[in-house]
Amino acid sequence: MLLKTLSEAFGPTGFEDEVRNVIRGELEGRVDEMKTDVLGNLIAVKGAAKPGPKVMLDAHMDEVGLMVVQICDGGADAGLLKFRSLGGIDPRVLVSKPVFIGPDRIPGVIGAKPVHLQAPEERQKPIPMEKLYIDIGAKDAADAKSVVKPGDAAVFATRYAEFGERAAKGKSFDDRVGCALLVEAMRHEVPYPLYGAFTVQEEIGLRGARAAAYQIQPDIAIALEGTVCFDVVGAPSHGQSTVLGKGPALTVQDAQTIADRRFAEFMWETAQRHGIPVQWRRVKGGSNDFGAIHRIGKGVVGGSISVPVRYIHAPTQVVSLDDVENAQRLLQAVLKEIAEGSFTL
Amino acid sequence: MENHQRLLEQLMTTHGGPGFEGAVRDVVVPQLHTYAHKVEVDVMGNVVACIEGRGEGRRPRVLLAAHMDEIALVVARIEEGGFLRVAQTGGFDPRTLVGQEVVVHTCGGDLLAVVGSKPPHLTAPEERGKAAPLSDLYLDLAMQESAVRERVRIGDRVTLSREVYLLRNRRLAGKSLDNRASLAILLETLHRLGQFVHQADVYAVATVQEEVGLRGAQTVGFAVQPDVAIAIDVTFGAFPGQAADESFALDAGPAISFGPNLHRKVFQRLVDVAERHRIPYQIELSQTPVGADANAFQVAGPGLAAALVGIPIRYMHTSVETGSYSDIEQCARLLAHYIAELDMEQVEDLSCY
Repeated sequence: MLLKTLSEAFGPTGFEDEVRNVIRGELEGRVDEMKTDVLGNLIAVKGAAKPGPKVMLDAHMDEVGLMVVQICDGGADAGLLKFRSLGGIDPRVLVSKPVFIGPDRIPGVIGAKPVHLQAPEERQKPIPMEKLYIDIGAKDAADAKSVVKPGDAAVFATRYAEFGERAAKGKSFDDRVGCALLVEAMRHEVPYPLYGAFTVQEEIGLRGARAAAYQIQPDIAIALEGTVCFDVVGAPSHGQSTVLGKGPALTVQDAQTIADRRFAEFMWETAQRHGIPVQWRRVKGGSNDFGAIHRIGKGVVGGSISVPVRYIHAPTQVVSLDDVENAQRLLQAVLKEIAEGSFTL
Repeated sequence: MENHQRLLEQLMTTHGGPGFEGAVRDVVVPQLHTYAHKVEVDVMGNVVACIEGRGEGRRPRVLLAAHMDEIALVVARIEEGGFLRVAQTGGFDPRTLVGQEVVVHTCGGDLLAVVGSKPPHLTAPEERGKAAPLSDLYLDLAMQESAVRERVRIGDRVTLSREVYLLRNRRLAGKSLDNRASLAILLETLHRLGQFVHQADVYAVATVQEEVGLRGAQTVGFAVQPDVAIAIDVTFGAFPGQAADESFALDAGPAISFGPNLHRKVFQRLVDVAERHRIPYQIELSQTPVGADANAFQVAGPGLAAALVGIPIRYMHTSVETGSYSDIEQCARLLAHYIAELDMEQVEDLSCY
């Protein structure tokens, strides 16, 4: 299953190689052209010579992860690895988690001093990242250095699985769910030029998308994202952002984008016409690649279709498979209506 | 030599908290049957296997115990939206539960759940400095509230869900190495003991409810009333920020405990055995009764000569407890040699002060 393969693939921001290879394999022979650019974006093209609006679909390949920065050589820490985050990770979710280092997936664990040895006042405070280590079982620094070096990246060792009611858990649904939607979309035929941009380095500032959009110069762009969902017990409704299972989310405003109202309304109306559940994203925070894309050149019209992801940026994230399916339905409906001229520039 | 590592991996992915050790017991009992003719389960759920020694008349009686239970949680409330609140059945640091995958054991079967965490995008800077208490954590079953209420009951038990990760140098990481590592030591000891002629009757015991107060040990100590009762339990592996006397190096052999609650002569004998057989060991000091089954054994029935040995593990009471299989083997060597040398003269000397 593609979402499982993509979710379990290794691709921290700046190290997207494995994800790119998975996607390339999926699209081989199904698009007219695939190319990688100097940043590492993978751009798939269909019908470049066709008339009509040039449409760019975007999904980022990278995920939040960790980078090994030091192999400890001292006393009690000999052979343990110091790390920092690649992208935004709350250190509180790191404790007691397994990770894989590098594409060879060297297993390691992030532990903590036993509760028995913590003073009561210590227990009130989160353990800061500076006091956490990755433990690969090395006897000493030399042993660790034989397999790991500073600069190696790591990801959470979370497996994809379906559970609950039509739900799945796994790592990096932000944004492998978008990658899965985009791979599927690129397999369909449309009567206008369609560009699928699988971008790098979204998690450290939408960097790949900016370069990709510049190269493509689209008329219309849609970012496919996994977005914040915090519809849990005790969360105030205004802070929930999205609700799991209530369909894909459309953005009014986020940290980087004020939605093009015409296009947002067009997508909303399209969802209504096709009987697809859809919801508005209810917080200003967070952003996605469209924030970079719409400012390229003379400006780009478009928006984003987001799948709600609970515990986004944590080791185990949760999505509704209905939401994923409905996001694909909405994307198809929007692409079809663009072809039918329902949205004019 | 063939070892029990695969069995340990199986035990670590088996779920069994205090008072519901059944699944672990089901793995342990057949294993004990390969070494003992008689394996019994008592009213508390403790497993007692007896391997008889050689010799006429009164033989030494030694009890070797490892607890089967792991720390767990219990469903305390079903909240709006179907999220679960939980209470402790053993000592979790709530900070280690955030973002963890867990299994809810319902009467209709096991359900996977995720312990929720707030996305950084919505977290205010002042919130980042706070650690959530257990009462604020919740379990997410990704189910409608009505479905949750149909399937989950207050009182359902919850344990960690974690695969075993094989690290470098024969080290393994996962949940419940505390104290499944010691069940492996117990079986490795019996395996080695098969190559010796021993006088002692050996009672190999897997106890229940250690994590909530050594309850199984109390009754099994009374029931067996051995001459020597040795608890096998894990201790603290060295890690930055820990005191030197609470830090034991991995791959440096088992820790043998010394302190008022443990019999000095049994301790000394264990050290002598380690020295003579060139088994690496470390000494752990305690000033109060130990937090392990040996505490209960000392005061079971008329009082017993208690000892405590075990391997160091890092990250105790988390889902990534890490220990070395080499230490497990060394600990088993120590115990097998100790038992093989145990005789009535030593037993009689235990009461001579």
